[in-house]
Amino acid sequence: MSNKDNWKIWEVFIRSRNGLSHKHVGSLHAPDAEMAIKNARDVYTRRSEGISIWVVPSESITASSPDESEPLFTPADDKVYRHPTFYDIPDEVGHM
Amino acid sequence: MQNELLQYTLRLGDNALILGQRLAEWCGHGPILEQDIALSNIALDQLGQARMLMQYAAELKGGESTEDKMAFFRDVTEYNNLLLLELENGDWGKTIARQFLFDTYNYFLYTELLNSKDDQIRAVAQKAIKEITYHAQWSAEWVIRLGDGTEESHERIQNAINDLWEWTGEMFAMDAIDEAMLEAGIGADLNKIKADWHEKASMILDMATLEKPEADWFQSGGKQGEHTEYLGFLLAEMQHLPRMYPEASW
Amino acid sequence: MTKEMNLEERFQQYVDAENKVEPKDWMPEKYRKTLIRQISQHAHSEVVGMLPEANWITRAPSLRRKVALLAKVQDEAGHGLYLYSAAETLAADRMDMVEDLLSGKAKYSSIFNYPTPTWADIGAIGWLVDGAAIANQVMLCRTSYGPYARAMVKICKEESFHQRQGYEITMTLAQGSPVQKQMAQDALNRWWWPSLMMFGPTDDASPNSAQSMKWKIKRKSNDELRQEFIDKTVPQAEFLGLTIPDKDLKWNEETGHYEHGEIDWEEFYNVIKGNGKCNKQRLAARNKAHDEGAWVREAANAYAEKEAERRKKKSSAA
Repeated sequence: MSNKDNWKIWEVFIRSRNGLSHKHVGSLHAPDAEMAIKNARDVYTRRSEGISIWVVPSESITASSPDESEPLFTPADDKVYRHPTFYDIPDEVGHM
Repeated sequence: MQNELLQYTLRLGDNALILGQRLAEWCGHGPILEQDIALSNIALDQLGQARMLMQYAAELKGGESTEDKMAFFRDVTEYNNLLLLELENGDWGKTIARQFLFDTYNYFLYTELLNSKDDQIRAVAQKAIKEITYHAQWSAEWVIRLGDGTEESHERIQNAINDLWEWTGEMFAMDAIDEAMLEAGIGADLNKIKADWHEKASMILDMATLEKPEADWFQSGGKQGEHTEYLGFLLAEMQHLPRMYPEASW
Repeated sequence: MTKEMNLEERFQQYVDAENKVEPKDWMPEKYRKTLIRQISQHAHSEVVGMLPEANWITRAPSLRRKVALLAKVQDEAGHGLYLYSAAETLAADRMDMVEDLLSGKAKYSSIFNYPTPTWADIGAIGWLVDGAAIANQVMLCRTSYGPYARAMVKICKEESFHQRQGYEITMTLAQGSPVQKQMAQDALNRWWWPSLMMFGPTDDASPNSAQSMKWKIKRKSNDELRQEFIDKTVPQAEFLGLTIPDKDLKWNEETGHYEHGEIDWEEFYNVIKGNGKCNKQRLAARNKAHDEGAWVREAANAYAEKEAERRKKKSSAA
């Protein structure tokens, strides 16, 4: 099989109407960035799902490894002092 | 005046309908899923415009007329679309070339129609111009990619542009209806559009490393109902069911 | 060996606890292979499934029907694309999957090898075929593989108009002239049994199902889904005044379900084998589109390479 007609994969991120962050919605194939944007528009915003599109070549994404998820993520679990509920403030003070 | 406006509306509507019908033939047969979807989007835009214009035409015609009566119960000689749009799709190169030549024209045409004194035409233009602007960008990008792609694609798109060129003259030929509509402030000045079109087409063809053809003859007649053989087959396919059961609703 | 066993056991526990499996997670090789096969078959079905309906877009009897049908068939292209994307997260290449479809090596849903000779078939496909597909797809929204589940959620959202579109077409025909009503009944007669076959062989005849259920790829058995579909669809047919072509169909008060007649599994396997009316045409159409698109895909790649090269030169010159 030849690779000459195989378009590369892009990951698509869309900002929906509500001023939210761009969110990953899926992937598609395109020969270059301009066409990836157009393809993303045609594939992923047919029902007014977005007002802004990012496309990123899939090969450019570096993902964390699930094998490392314990050292990466569990150390944060016991740092309760990062959360507001860790601190005792009397009710009389009001909402803080 | 009412009759000229009806004819003018039908010309716009028929362009949209016939091109939409042709593009819909691609659905399920495109070169890659992404482009299948892209072309269907353009077809849907064209058909959407066609519906608005057919509804308006039906209103102008009055009586029992409806958008579907306009679409399904007019014969070849009553259709007023540009000949370019009824030609068969051919390969992707020919479809892209036709799209580019027409989109560029349509963009300048509808830009003018944004100032139409007719409320309905203006309203259609306001909605359609956003769609057409996207179509014109999309087809120009494809012309550039095919022209400056591989040897094969260059040859295919150049041949397509050459073949289609003789069908482009009709876009700018003013007849009595065009003149009357221009005078009434409803229609567009096609001479003005012609200059814009040539400039834009030259620029894109140049970027695509393609030659702009020189034509000594242009075909015409579509706007006046004088068509190629292709339109009859297109209408036979499109209209056969409502015509076979004219009383039925669907 | 024991380590492998442990991984598999841990994987099973993970799935049993209703956790989603993500692309980089460890998974049994057979889980990966099963998924790639199932998701790519599902994608192929969406793409081949465009053909029987697409051939009516140019003949739709009103402009309203024309745009709705075009939008629907376009959605199917989108759904094929979402599904190929989900399979690609498992390191399968879309081109390879497509090659398998085109060569006849990969399967797709047999229902699309039936022809659509009349407009009523478009109604029947939307109502029955999409109805059956939705039953399956709603279940798959909870499948254990994350990217597949997410694709299915998106697909289910978009599919909701498809079935309504089909039912509305059938309803208009059923309430129309006697000829139109006959058209609708004829289409129901032809699509009813193939729709029931879409759920696959009976539970006792589908040996791979058990493992898929255990891995929570599938959440309901073929027979369960088929029963759900029948229970839902029979009243819809009654509302239209159309007759389900099954003389053994009857309501069972005790079970709260409809009982149905024998499915002709010989026909099912015959169509899978390639003997449906349209098997050859469908594959030929896909091959033609793919072959005739090769120069287009190549051209766009060639242009992208040239552009990248030009940009490099420009930036090094600056």
